[in-house]
Order: sequence, then structure tokens, then C-alpha cells
Amino acid sequence: MNRAGERLYNGLVKENPTFVLMLGMCPTLAVTTSAMNGLGMGLTTMVVLALSNLIISLMRNIIPNRVRIPAFIVIIASFVTAVQLLLEAYIPSLNKSLGVYIPLIVVNCIILGRAESYAYSNPPVPSLFDGIGMGLGFTFALTCIGAVREIIGAGELFGYGLMPDSFEPVRIFGQAPGAFFVLAALVALQNYIKNVRKKKGKSYEKIGSGCAQDCANCGDMNCKSRFYDTDSAGKKSMAEGSPKKQETKAGKSDEKTQDTEKEER
Amino acid sequence: MENVKELLLILIGSSLVSNVVLSQFLGLCPFLGVSKKTNTAAGMGTAVIFVITLASAVAGVIYKYVLQRFHVEYLRTIVFILVIAALVQFVEMFLRKAMPALYEALGVYLPLITTNCAVLGVAITNVQKEYGILTGIVNGFATAAGFTIAIVILAGIREKLEYNDIPESFRGMPLVLLTAGLMAIAFCGFSGLL
Repeated sequence: MNRAGERLYNGLVKENPTFVLMLGMCPTLAVTTSAMNGLGMGLTTMVVLALSNLIISLMRNIIPNRVRIPAFIVIIASFVTAVQLLLEAYIPSLNKSLGVYIPLIVVNCIILGRAESYAYSNPPVPSLFDGIGMGLGFTFALTCIGAVREIIGAGELFGYGLMPDSFEPVRIFGQAPGAFFVLAALVALQNYIKNVRKKKGKSYEKIGSGCAQDCANCGDMNCKSRFYDTDSAGKKSMAEGSPKKQETKAGKSDEKTQDTEKEER
Repeated sequence: MENVKELLLILIGSSLVSNVVLSQFLGLCPFLGVSKKTNTAAGMGTAVIFVITLASAVAGVIYKYVLQRFHVEYLRTIVFILVIAALVQFVEMFLRKAMPALYEALGVYLPLITTNCAVLGVAITNVQKEYGILTGIVNGFATAAGFTIAIVILAGIREKLEYNDIPESFRGMPLVLLTAGLMAIAFCGFSGLL
């Protein structure tokens, strides 16, 4: 049980998928027009993430290494379809406001990333809690970003008026451009914290550089922006089994990562 | 005539008014990742146009003649993602054999597109809006063209920004995101077109 708690803490704080790893940026930007939407999207993703992690972990000895990615995708897509049908039946309003982004949970790189880096090489119970922890971290981040955008953009929080009457809502924060601005401020803050800590002599190389790469496609084991459990046993088997195509991709994105890092310095 | 008018409206609507990256946030990862130089951005854009147009055609045909026929429409998410992944692999093999010159130009970008959310997003939007096959293809092409326009403009701006003196915390990604935000404001201006 101690390990389960550790996984929850890891997902929520230490490796928060949005604030630290910068994964799954498309839904993060698209659905955070209000705190409620962010919460709904986060919880939906959490359910899919936890269940797919559990099933993949249970089946990890059956799935051959070579076809693991298609197998993961089919498992994830099945859960997404099930969750979508449930939402349609029981919470139609949420389903309507999230729209096309619910089926797009399939291509969210957090889910495939966790499946590959954790669930495929760990027992079911820690994998389940890893999924819940990561999902909670994602939910927390989406709700925070949604709240900021809703307060500035409409002067409300969860639909309740917060600001005094004299406050003029900045409408653009509720629309597309506002998402980019909020995220830009967030990454700048992350960079600032990293720079300050670097000057204190601490090494924070491992923490996400915000390369905004499609991590599901990247598969680069040495990528500094994804610092999954490097000492876990699964890494070796994945490095051996990674097909050629992934390596070319990895090489390419590696260059890019280094470029971004140079810029940051 | 009515039909042509409708197609033209979709063409303008999907490429400029509701731009796939700047107002729907699909395909954000390559948009931010591969937009350092205008050349590579244009290459990525071409590959995206190629794949999305083809994928929306194939997904449309499969949806109409397989899924609807056997009344299993709810399987569309699973089927579409597998079809798209298989299609990209197939296109890559075909290009390598048949058109080596084109493969040289597009090859490196093709794998990057496989799980790009824009491709799946277009296929699902086509179904949700109940577009026919031809309308779906036009919508796919227009969406991809919108992506190409946005990524080439962003790459042009980033090349100019290269030599500026930028606050330390804003170097790299934050600046790109701010640029994208300003571009999104500019693209909001197109909403009066339709």
C-alpha cells in the first residue's frame, strides 16, 4: 500500500503530467475554457488512464513486445469508446461541451506514455494507482488552468460570479488565443524556477524541458524531457524491442530537444 | 451550383475561420515542434495535406460501407485509429518503392503524423457533422491546408525572432506559444468571412 501512495504522490506532484512533464497539450489547451470543463475532461481521462493501465499491466505477459503499441492502442480505444457511450447516456451536457476531444483521448500521449513506461513493466496494483495518480495530476492541472481562464475571461468560477461589478472580463482569455497566453506564462514560470534552482547548484536536467514533442511518437529513451522511471526493468526490454522506425524518430527529436535546450541556456 | 457553393464554404471555413491549430488546438505537437525553419515547416505541411486528405477519404468509405452497413458505428474510434496507423505505414512503403523523390521529401515526416490528433480529429468531425465522402475529403484537405498555412507563417516568424534579445525565462517554448496566441488573434479576424 505504501507503493500505491508513492505512485499517487508521484503523479500528482513529482511528475505532474501537465506542469512538469508537459504532456497532452492539445486537450489541455482546448477544453480549459472553464473550470468545469477542465474538471470533466480530467476525470474522463483519469478513468481511461487507470483502467487501461490496469488491463495492460494484467496482460503484460501475453502481449508480444513487437506488437505492443497497436495492442495498447486497441485497449485504450475500447475504454475511450465505453466512456464516451456512458457520458452520452448519463452526462450529455458534458459530452456536448467536450465534443470531439473525448474520442481524441485515444491519442493523448499521457496514456500511451504511461502504458509504455510503467504499466507494461509493473504489476497491476501499482499500475492502477499510477494511472489514478497521473489522472489526478492531470485533472488538478486542467481545473487550475480552467479556473484561471474562467476568472479572467468571465469573472466567474464554476459558474458563480466572483469578481466585483467593476471588473471588466477579458473575453479573449475564454477564447482560443487566451489558451496560448496562459500556457506561455506557465512554461515561462517553469523555466524561471528551473533557472533559479540551477543557479543554486541543483541539477534539474531531468525535469521536462517543455519540448512539446509528441511523446507517443517520440519513443526516445534518452530524451531528457521525459524522465520516467529510468531504473525500472522495463526500460531495457523496450530499448531492445524498439523498431527501426522509432529510432529514426528518436534521432530526429533528439536533435530538436538539444536545440531547445541550447535556446533555453 | 448549390453543391459547389457548400463545398467552397467548407473550404474557407475549415482552412481559415476555424483553423485546426489556432482555434481547435489539434496537431499542436508538430505545430510547435517542427516550426523552426520554413523549409521543414513546408515539408511537414505537405505531408499533412497528403495524409489527411487520403485518411479522410479512406475513413469516409469505411464508415459508409462497413460500419454503417453492419450497424456498428460505435466502433468508429477504434477502427479509425487502426486504419490511419495502417494507412500511414502503407503510404510510406508505397512511396519508398514507387516515388523515391517524393519519399525523400516527405519520408521523415510521415511517422510523426501517425498518432497526430489532427488526422483522427478530422475523420471524427466528418462523421459527427454527417458529411458525405466527397464533402469529407474537401473538409480534410481544407483542414490540412489551414495547418500548412499556420505552420509556415509561424516558422517565418520564428526565423525572424531568432536573433532578438528575449528575457531568459521566455526563451524557447513560451515565446513560440505567445507568437501562436497572437496569430490566433489575427485568425479570429477571419470569423467575419462567413
